[in-house]
Amino acid sequence: MKHMQRPMNSDSETPIAELRGTSKHYGAVVAAQELDLSIRRGEFLSFLGPSGCGKTTALRMLAGFETPTSGEVLLDGQRVNHLPPHQRPVNMVFQHYALFPHMTVAENIAYGLRQRRPQPDKAGIAEAVERMLETVRLPGFGNRRIWEMSGGQQQRVALARAIVNQPKLLLLDEPMAALDKKLRRDMQIELQSLQRQLGITFVLVTHDQEEALSMSDRICIMQGGRIVQVGTPRELYDRPLNRYVADFVGKSNFFSGIVQDGALVVEGLRVAAAPGAGGTGATASLRPEQIALSRAPVEGMVNLPVRIEARIFLGEHTEYLVRHDRLGGFLILVPRQAEAAEGGFEPGAEAHANWRAEAALILAE
Amino acid sequence: MRQGTRNALLLLPAGAWLLAMLVLPLVVVLVFSFGSRGAAGGYVPGFGLENYLNLGSRWQAFQNTMTLAPLGTLICLIVAYPLAYYLAMRAPRRWKTLLLVLVIVPFWTSILIRSYAWIYLLGGQGIPSWLHAVGLGNPRLINTPFAVVIGIVYGYLPLMVFPVYVSLERLDKRLLEAASDLGAPPWRSFLQITLPMSMPGVATGSMLVFILLMGEFLIPALLGGGKVFFVGNALVDLFLQSRNWPFGAAVAVSLVAVMLAIVAAYMRFTRRFAGSRDDVSLI
Repeated sequence: MKHMQRPMNSDSETPIAELRGTSKHYGAVVAAQELDLSIRRGEFLSFLGPSGCGKTTALRMLAGFETPTSGEVLLDGQRVNHLPPHQRPVNMVFQHYALFPHMTVAENIAYGLRQRRPQPDKAGIAEAVERMLETVRLPGFGNRRIWEMSGGQQQRVALARAIVNQPKLLLLDEPMAALDKKLRRDMQIELQSLQRQLGITFVLVTHDQEEALSMSDRICIMQGGRIVQVGTPRELYDRPLNRYVADFVGKSNFFSGIVQDGALVVEGLRVAAAPGAGGTGATASLRPEQIALSRAPVEGMVNLPVRIEARIFLGEHTEYLVRHDRLGGFLILVPRQAEAAEGGFEPGAEAHANWRAEAALILAE
Repeated sequence: MRQGTRNALLLLPAGAWLLAMLVLPLVVVLVFSFGSRGAAGGYVPGFGLENYLNLGSRWQAFQNTMTLAPLGTLICLIVAYPLAYYLAMRAPRRWKTLLLVLVIVPFWTSILIRSYAWIYLLGGQGIPSWLHAVGLGNPRLINTPFAVVIGIVYGYLPLMVFPVYVSLERLDKRLLEAASDLGAPPWRSFLQITLPMSMPGVATGSMLVFILLMGEFLIPALLGGGKVFFVGNALVDLFLQSRNWPFGAAVAVSLVAVMLAIVAAYMRFTRRFAGSRDDVSLI
C-alpha cells in the first residue's frame, strides 16, 4: 500500500472544519439547534445519537446538501454556508453507498477525478484508480460491474471513490449499517488504519455506540438536535455530563435520590458519596463493572443484599441481573477471575452487591 | 402437475389467441402477397413477385412514413422529456398525481374528435387567420407535413411521458447527491447520471410511439388531407377502395419487415446505454 500526500495548506492550528452556532430548521421542525463544534485536522470524529438527533443534518451541512438556517459552517477557516457540494473539498461515503450502477468499479472511482477542470490525463486517472483499488484491497476489480460486488466490496468501492479525491474531510454516513456484524468489525478496524495511513480527517455518523467508541478519537453526542457532550471515548465513559450520555456510552445503573450528609440516599439507603448541598435531588451512575458480587458483606463498601435474577455468560465476563427489595433491578459485570475466586451464583441465589461509595458518579439532574 | 405442464397452461390462453388472431392472419397476408388481383378485385391464388416489384408505385407513402414517424417520435421525446423530468424530479408531491392525470386527460376523448379540432385550428379560420390578423402572413398549415407532425405529437405525447417519467421517478436521487459530492455541477450530473439512467424509459417510450406511428393512418388522413399520406393510408386505399388485396398484402408485409429491421437496429443501439441489471424496460 502506498502513502498519499497529506492534504496540507493552511497552518495546522486552524480547525479543518467548524460549526458556529449552526442551526437548521425545516418549517417548525428544528433539526439542528445552535451546534458549536470544531473538528481538528486529522482526527477521527463521530457524531453519535439515536435517529432524529440531528447527526445526519450536521453531516449534510458539512457536505453542502443542507444550508444552515442560521450560524456558520467553516471549512479550513473559510465560511462555506452557501457553497454547493460540488465546490467543496469534502467527500462522502453514503449510507447505501450510492454507487453509479451504469458504470464499472473503475469508472465509479474515477468519477471525482474526471470532474476536475482541467481534467487530469487518462493515464494519471487510471493510475490513481489502480492505486485506490489496492488501498481498499480490491486489486483487479476495476472492470467489474457494481451489481457483481458483495455488500462489503461495494462499501470499499464507495470508500475508494471518495478518498481518491484526497478530500479535506471524509464524511461517512452510517457506512456499516448494511453490513453483517463480523464484516462490520473487520471494516471498522480497516477504516481506522486507513484513516491513520491517509491522514484525512474522518467524520462518521452512527447510532452504534460500540462503533463510535472503538473507532473515534473524539465523539460528539447529540440529542434532540443539540450537541450534549464532546470528548474522547474515555472522557465520555468516565465523566459523562448527564444521564443521557452515561446511558448512551456503555451500560450503566442509575439510582435517583436525595443528597443528605454527604451521601446520596435512595429509599433510605446510602448508595453513594455525594458532596454538595443537602436536600437536593441527584442521580448516581454506577457502571456494571464497578459493582462486585460476594457471599458476605464487604467491610468499607456499600453493601446491598440482592437476589440473582439472571446470569448471562459473555466469555471474559459474566453479566448478572440482580434485584434489591427497594432499589429494584440492576446489572453487575463480574470478570472471569473474580467469579473464579468467589464462585458463581445461580439464578435465585442470595448475594451481596457491593461497591465503593466514591466510585459512583453523581450526575446533574 | 409437472412444472412444464403448469407453464404450458399459463401460456395457453394468450398463445391460442395470438395464434388465431395474429400468426394465422399474417400467414394469410404473406400468402396473398404472392398472388394476383381478380377481375373484380379480391384474390386469385398464384405465386409471383410482381406485387413486390410494383412497390415503387407506393414509394411516396413509405418515404412519408419513414421520415415523419421517426421525426414525430423525436419531437415527442424532446417535448416529453422535460415534462417527465419536471413531474418526476421537481413537482410538489401533493400535485404529482393530479398532474399525471392531466397528462392522460386527452385520452378521455376519441382521437377522431380531437383531430377534428385540429383541422379547425390549423385550417383557414384557425391559427393562419389569427396570424394574418396580426400581420404575420397567411401561412398554409392544414394538409402539410407540419400539420401531421403536430397531430402526432399531440396524440402520442402521453405514451412517451409515462415510460420516461417512470424511469426518472425510479432513479435513486442519492446518486445525484453522490455526483454532486464528487464535484459534478448540476448539468454534468444530468448528462452523466440522469440521462443514461433514464435511457430504458426513453427506449420504451420511443419504441411505443414509433411502432404505433408506423401503422398510423388516421392523423395523416385528417390533417394531411390526402397530400401527406402514410403506408397505413395506402393500405386502407388498396384493401378498401381499389380492392387490390394481393398488392395491399405485399405493402403490408414490406411495412412489417421495415419496422422489424428498424426496431432491431434501435434495440442494439439502446442496449449500449442499458443501466444496471435491475432496470427492466418494456422492450
